Parts: sequence; C-alpha cells; structure tokens
Amino acid sequence: MKIKHTISDNTITISLDGELDASSSVMLDEELSNPSIMMFSKILVDCKNLNYISSAGLGVFISHLQRFEDAQIKLIFFNMQEKVRNVFEILGLDLLMTIVGSYEEAVTIAND
Amino acid sequence: MTNTLRVSCDRKNLKTIRQFVTDTLAPVPLTEITLNQIILAVDEICANMIIHANQEDSKQFLNLTIKYDDQVMVFELTDNGKAFEQANYREPNIKENIRQGKKGGVGVALVNRIMDKVEYSVKGSTNICVLHKYIN
Repeated sequence: MKIKHTISDNTITISLDGELDASSSVMLDEELSNPSIMMFSKILVDCKNLNYISSAGLGVFISHLQRFEDAQIKLIFFNMQEKVRNVFEILGLDLLMTIVGSYEEAVTIAND
Repeated sequence: MTNTLRVSCDRKNLKTIRQFVTDTLAPVPLTEITLNQIILAVDEICANMIIHANQEDSKQFLNLTIKYDDQVMVFELTDNGKAFEQANYREPNIKENIRQGKKGGVGVALVNRIMDKVEYSVKGSTNICVLHKYIN
C-alpha cells in the first residue's frame, strides 16, 4: 500500500495505491490518526488505484468518521473501483459515507 | 479440483492467501465482483485466525483447502488456535460502530453476507471453518 498526499488550502487529497487489508491498513490508520489532519476541512480520498479493501480497511474509515463529522471535516471518496464500492455496499456503508464518481464531483460536494 | 495452502500465522501472509484463492479459482467463470467477494470472505476468516485465534504467532499455521465442481466452491480453513465462539457472535450495528469509533467487528458480517453457508466445528485441537459458495 502506497499513500500519497496533495494539499491545497484547506483540502487534503489522499491517494491510495494497492490493497488495504489487516496488514496494510495499520499505515492508513496512522495517517488518519495524525493530529495534523484535523487542520483540514476537507479530506478527499482518491481510490482509483485501491484494488482491494477488507474489513480492516473499512474499520479504519469507520473508526475516524465520527471524529471528522464532529469537527465538521468532510470525508469524500472518489474514483472508487466497482468491486471495492461493492464491499462498502455489502455493509450499507455507501449510505453512511460520501462516495462519488470523479474528482470534480468530490470537489463540488466538498465546497457545498 | 482440490488445492491446498499452508501458511504461518503472520498477517503479511494474507496477500499470499488472496493470490492462492485468485489462482485456484481462475478456471471458474465468476464476475470480478463475485471473485473479489469470495477472496474477501476467505481473507476475513484467515485474518481472524491469524490475529485473534493465534495472536500472530508465526510458529502456528493455518491450512486452506479449496475444492470446486461446476455447482459449488468449498473453502475449508483449519488452525489450532482459540476457537471462534459462534454462540457469542452478534451482528454489528454499523451506525453504532461509527458513533463509537470502533475499528473491528464487521469481518464476520461480510463473510455471512457473501457466503451461502458458513460452518464452524472443532475436532480435537483443530478448529474448522467451512465456507460454501454456489456457482450460478
């Protein structure tokens, strides 16, 4: 799993590249637990190269979602592959998290 | 068709397990989504065996045997760690997990929703989990 950041103003875009399982999700959890992430008001997660997610990967997002909502930080997923989106859907997480098609849609929703 | 893999209880081996499932099921006509779901279900059971049943003790091993014909795929997973207590299992409330910031507890729910039959048993010191998925 490779994680890249792009920062512009109050937005951080996190690009995930690889597979998020019980082994690799530890790295993502450390990223999202870093206090500096709370400086941003928008977190965009680019899932274009995210090829796999297990419950451990979902658990990382589940465990931080409330903290972000409480701080009025928007968490938006975009470019998600259909097979990865399907895993969110099995648990109904697609209804509890914001998942959109493109980067442009993510930016529009983030600025609403 | 039968194929078996034995790996030590190290979470880094999950990738090897997923590749083994992918390779073994290559001849089976499955959609990308269904294949991914099956890989996920096996990965979840293996992760629980490695992390919870065997506390990531790399001296311990788990075995995965995959059998299939033109109607059903059967995945048999065995280990010698702490048995999964099915009687104490409760389906997670995802909204409550979000509210509590809970990291774990949704893996078995994924397995139950993906597979057509999930069976747990114990034979001597061996724990056995058998997953069945019918081929449409």
